[in-house]
Amino acid sequence: MSSGQTIVKFTSVTKAWRRGSGGLQKVSFAAQKGEFLFLTGPSGAGKSTILKLCYMDELPTAGEVRVSGASSLAASRSEISKLRRKLGIVFQDFRLLEDRTAWANVAFALEVTGTHAKAIPPRVQKVLERVGLGAKMQSMPGELSGGEQQRVAIARALVNDPFLLLADEPTGNLDDRASRAVFQLLRDINASGTAVMMATHDLDLVRTSGLRTIELNKGALVFDSSEAPLPEREH
Amino acid sequence: MQLALREVWTAFRRAPGLGVLSVFTIAFSLFAFGLFGLVAYNTRLALERLEERVEIRAYVTEGTDTEAIAAAVGDIRAFPEVASVLYVSPLDALAKARTEMAEFQDVFEPEFLPASLEVRLRPGMREPAQVKAVATRLRSYNFVDDVRYGEEWVQKFYSMRRAATVAGIVLGIAFALAAMIIIGSTIRTSVLARSREIGIMRLVGATDGFIRAPFLIDGLLKGFIGGGLAVALMWLTRTALTVTVVTFEFFPTPVLLAGVLAGAVIGLLGSMLSVGRQLKRV
Repeated sequence: MSSGQTIVKFTSVTKAWRRGSGGLQKVSFAAQKGEFLFLTGPSGAGKSTILKLCYMDELPTAGEVRVSGASSLAASRSEISKLRRKLGIVFQDFRLLEDRTAWANVAFALEVTGTHAKAIPPRVQKVLERVGLGAKMQSMPGELSGGEQQRVAIARALVNDPFLLLADEPTGNLDDRASRAVFQLLRDINASGTAVMMATHDLDLVRTSGLRTIELNKGALVFDSSEAPLPEREH
Repeated sequence: MQLALREVWTAFRRAPGLGVLSVFTIAFSLFAFGLFGLVAYNTRLALERLEERVEIRAYVTEGTDTEAIAAAVGDIRAFPEVASVLYVSPLDALAKARTEMAEFQDVFEPEFLPASLEVRLRPGMREPAQVKAVATRLRSYNFVDDVRYGEEWVQKFYSMRRAATVAGIVLGIAFALAAMIIIGSTIRTSVLARSREIGIMRLVGATDGFIRAPFLIDGLLKGFIGGGLAVALMWLTRTALTVTVVTFEFFPTPVLLAGVLAGAVIGLLGSMLSVGRQLKRV
């Protein structure tokens, strides 16, 4: 699905944490428009750090991150807000508002970004139907399964039509069947043109997908399948 | 704005106990401060009433020409410290003495009481040094026999007033700080209770201004309602004290309005600081 236009560019990015682990050391790579990219590696390798740098929740200690024209060297808080409106972000723990329905959780993302009130209902309905939750729009998160809750989170991430979906271990809390279903949903989203960057421990998923994979270890980029085929080795 | 108000309502519905607790904490903190203020205000009024009693009496030598006295009265009235000068003839003094001390009315004779000038000073010009200066000038008139103004009483009164003022300021600051710390902590608790929501808002691209708005409205409303409740509690307390113990004056309306406004401003500032701190983390 990649169309050759760079949307994410890491140039010699170093991120040092006070606690020590999970940082990055001179990581460089680029992601293209419409691409599906896995980030793999053991815990503390720096996968989540790369995603946080992409949505500028963190800024590099050295080097530069560029995401759709926004540079980590110059981005203000309001520019970061504008950037995030064009990104979709999904987490392992879903991060839904527990006291609001699935519908309200998705609508919330449109409301806080100033979408006109009349435009909200059709967009929310459309995106919830797209993730297969058309019949559970009025359910509270507590009434939904883990897989369904993750679908709500994905719907919320998609409702602003992002050019890039960042997913941090989106299947980490799900059983195998729900994981496959969520992954298939992400593939479908990618097929419709949205780039996806997904951090995961699930090596089977990575190997069988044949998609681009970046492997990290102790903060260093140790392998990029766009430059060489995925090695057959155990972690 | 509509969304911000809806968020305020949603937050209240989600945790009504916390919302009510916040309002009552603000109300009782302001009530404690206001009650102290009420006592300080009434003490000041009592001291002002006492201060009005500061007067200088210049006794006139018997047989002084009334024209000379009238000219001197005109002179003394022109002193910058002087509010009024009243000539009290021996007959006036006798009438006053007989009224004030009725049980001794047969004892007093007109020649027994000398004529005098009763000099009252302007408010703010009754400090011991000023009283003494006026008394000294009065003594310089050759028809003035003696000048009395209760020097010791005036000095004691002003020492007491100074002590009351200093104690009032120190206690007032302590009460105000305690109120602000308690209110700040309460607001911080309600902001922390919504930290997850703030994080999600930031993730989906809400601007800082947008995230702040409902919290500022929330703080403003809670402060306003808390301030209003504090005024109501103070009024009830003052009424109960007036009925059972001693007459208490209540604050004038502008002070009450300022109290409610102060509640709203403290709520607003507390929210602004708490949300600002929370936003730095996300």
